[in-house]
Amino acid sequence: MTGEVLAFSLFSAMAVGGAGLALFHRSAIHSAFALLASFLGVAGLYLNLGADFLAVTQVLLYAGGILVLYLFGLMLVPPEGEAPRPGRRALALVLAAAPVAIFLIAFLARSSWGDPSRLPEPEGTVRGIGLALLTPDGWLVPFEYASILLLAALVGAVHLARRSAPKDDSP
Amino acid sequence: MSLVAYLVVAALLMVAGLAMVASRRSLIHVLIGLELVLNASALNFVAFDRYSGGGQEGQLAALFVIVVAAAEAALGLAIVLHAYSSKGSIRPDDFRSLGDS
Repeated sequence: MTGEVLAFSLFSAMAVGGAGLALFHRSAIHSAFALLASFLGVAGLYLNLGADFLAVTQVLLYAGGILVLYLFGLMLVPPEGEAPRPGRRALALVLAAAPVAIFLIAFLARSSWGDPSRLPEPEGTVRGIGLALLTPDGWLVPFEYASILLLAALVGAVHLARRSAPKDDSP
Repeated sequence: MSLVAYLVVAALLMVAGLAMVASRRSLIHVLIGLELVLNASALNFVAFDRYSGGGQEGQLAALFVIVVAAAEAALGLAIVLHAYSSKGSIRPDDFRSLGDS
């Protein structure tokens, strides 16, 4: 039990700390690397919750795929001279902090949610997820929709990124 | 650990993402904030799945959230590249030709 609490505090500190660094750091590259810490922390939280397949997917897709995509995007677009706007940023932070207070108060008021003493032991989830994704009365249709969505996103991304290429490449 | 602890972590992640979107320093910062918001929602799905007992619907929903996040990242970065090549800037404040200038 104490090990679980220790792992939870470590991973949640990673996740929230990475998110905070990404929020407050000035350079976009450093924000992206702080985002890596945040993603890895969330993957650890998934492991803590007994979702092993999802944790590995998080590391592979987010830390391995999406983050590399962001780094490529950051290198293709030169860094701007970011004009600091302290007034607007402070306003945004205050506006964003108000929901936090509401959330925390609402959750702590009914903190009997999720009694940890009655939890079943976590078991492997790969078999269950694979069966659920490929049974017709399960999640087969959303699965196919997801593949169509990814295909459309791929074609759209290639089209959008390609339109701008000849202008830069022509001598 | 109780469910509330996970929900609080997810709420903090979501608020950090929302603040990144709202402070809009550059288009890439906005996209990174969106990733944080999606991550927080997926974490909520998994936490509720674990504490509601039985079934893996929450984990499957989180899996689909990850798929949507991948599509969003690819399309969003392509749009950012296109916007940069047409305007020469990625500051969101420079894209207001529909607003009153």
